Amino acid sequence: MGSINTRINMSVIVFADTRGEKVAKSTLETLTYGRKIAAKEGGTVTLVTFGDAPQDRLGALDANKVVVARNIGDADSQQLTRLVADLAGKENAKWIIFTHDDTGKAVAPRVAAKLQAGEVAGAITLPNEQGHIKRNVFSGKAQAWVELKTPLKVVSVLPNSIPVEAASPGASVEEYSGDLGVAKVTVKETRKAGEGIPLPEAEVVVSAGRGMKGPENWGMVEELAKELHAATACSRPVADMDWRPHHEHVGQTGVAIRPNLYIAIGISGAIQHLAGVNGSKVIAVINSDPEAPFFKSADYGIVGDAFEVLPKLIEAAKKLNAER
Amino acid sequence: MKILVLISHVPDTTARIAFTNDNTAYDASGVQFIVNPYDEWYALVRGLELKEAQGGTVTTITVGGAVTEPTIRKALAIGADDAVRVDTEPKDGHDVAAQVAAFAKDKGYDLILAGKETIDHNGSQVGPMVAELLDLPFLSLATKLDVADGKATAERDVRGDVEVVECPLPVVVSCAKGMAEQRIPNMRGIMAARTKPLQVIPAAATEALSTTVKFELPPPKQAVKMIPAEEAGKLIELLHSEAKVI
Ligand SMILES: Cc1cc2nc3c(=O)[nH]c(=O)nc-3n(C[C@H](O)[C@H](O)[C@H](O)COP(=O)(O)OP(=O)(O)OC[C@H]3O[C@@H](n4cnc5c(N)ncnc54)[C@H](O)[C@@H]3O)c2cc1C
Ligand SMILES: Nc1ncnc2c1ncn2[C@@H]1O[C@H](COP(=O)(O)O)[C@@H](O)[C@H]1O
Repeated sequence: MGSINTRINMSVIVFADTRGEKVAKSTLETLTYGRKIAAKEGGTVTLVTFGDAPQDRLGALDANKVVVARNIGDADSQQLTRLVADLAGKENAKWIIFTHDDTGKAVAPRVAAKLQAGEVAGAITLPNEQGHIKRNVFSGKAQAWVELKTPLKVVSVLPNSIPVEAASPGASVEEYSGDLGVAKVTVKETRKAGEGIPLPEAEVVVSAGRGMKGPENWGMVEELAKELHAATACSRPVADMDWRPHHEHVGQTGVAIRPNLYIAIGISGAIQHLAGVNGSKVIAVINSDPEAPFFKSADYGIVGDAFEVLPKLIEAAKKLNAER
Repeated sequence: MKILVLISHVPDTTARIAFTNDNTAYDASGVQFIVNPYDEWYALVRGLELKEAQGGTVTTITVGGAVTEPTIRKALAIGADDAVRVDTEPKDGHDVAAQVAAFAKDKGYDLILAGKETIDHNGSQVGPMVAELLDLPFLSLATKLDVADGKATAERDVRGDVEVVECPLPVVVSCAKGMAEQRIPNMRGIMAARTKPLQVIPAAATEALSTTVKFELPPPKQAVKMIPAEEAGKLIELLHSEAKVI
């Protein structure tokens, strides 16, 4: 055989979560990221996944190949690290792309450490001309351009940063048969948090603070969220006082989100709150105090009493829904 | 139980963010530094609670120059037994992890606790990297942590659900909100911290796998568009027709 035929092309490994009812938007964003790098550098894309996603869903992904490890979940990051590292070696990977979500945050750094590869955690751009990649630092109050100095590069992509591009489906699907060792971390129980859209994935978020006076007043917040197909969030004191569940707390010490629209009701806009939401594309603020600091970071503002404004917003949202 | 807590030194949450040297370095002049909130409120305090209930020691480790020592003393004042400082300005998250792993590898820690992330670097990298370099399991983003019968049990918020996970010791855990309540150091703690051991050790030789080449500040926001409260419904129309986000 000529050397041309035996030469293995470089590849981009995209690690993605394909579980759930359908493939998540963040997975398609990460896949778009990987495809763009492969197109630029002349390589192929191998999507590595795990769990029980149906064969036809995996085959419809726009990758050259999909490798799926059945029978494992995402609890044991050592197993997933072995999976990704093994395939990165076999496929001559130059890039390994993750989603910067709960699973990616645990596995990407492990893979980088195992393979001694530089990592960009939470990329918000593709590599620029010099190969540098931008990410948020100081809780979104600044950005940094990072250079990866190793031949193999690991990137985890922040959800809602890269627009999904139309895919031309058709991947070959293989089941992984290697040895991933025994899981040391096991899931004992999963408690469903009820319905509603998970906060980190939501494109629209309706959030409220101490200005709502008490937990009994959240009905209006939830109703507006429902009309806008939005997730609900809250400020830290609201979660600390148990008016709302802790997983709804956004900000520097809570969840960091970057939805397309963030509506803040009765939240003052303290710097620690802004740190978790200032990546939102559009911010609308409703506050009775015209001096509330949040207005300085807002695109739209209403100075008014939430108890009078919210019913008007709900009515307008219902009208909009009825018209479309 | 031997517990190691990773403590990082970060600008206060309200600190001004500015850069020097042609936007290549953080301008720390006049900035107050604190223990990273996740490391202090959650990792350290939970470590102390476990020690108080079950016996053992809590050692902190910080990778950084002498400027980090007041921050380390704060962790000692809250109740850690002793502290280690690896004397180097870390090159990147991997460097921090490599230094911690080099120190911890033959010390027999049962639990290694890190914060969920630093509020300046926001990498969420160091915890899982330490776990990998020590070939240990990792419990990520834990909001509750207990230890019994040689096993750690943690709760984590994933995709809006709560997952209860279990793992044999030793294990590395990254700690998030919910795990413990903040502890304010008292006078006795502050006095005791002055004489608690703070060991300074030289850094292991490492190479930078990544570097930050430049910082930038986000572009200033456009002026806010105000809508009168009586016409609040107009906000929904504008969000639909002008901003096109609903
Ligand atoms: C280290 C540290 C970390 C922190 N991390 C976070 C974090 O992650 N997330 C977070 O949110 N906070 C965080 N905080 C707390 C933060 O500093 C603020 O205290 C908090 O965000 C304030 O919450 P709030 O806006 O709901 O309440 P308040 O500051 O009490 O503001 C309530 C607002 O509601 C308005 N209001 C009152 N009545 C009405 C009405 N009828 N209609 C309309 N508006 C009304 C008021 O004008 C006011 O602006 C942190 C603090 C520290 C020190
Ligand atoms: N320089 C450091 N020294 C000690 N621990 C650190 C250091 N930097 C980060 N850590 C730990 O690693 C966690 C995650 O940091 P990061 O990967 O920067 O988000 C922090 O919450 C700390 O517990």
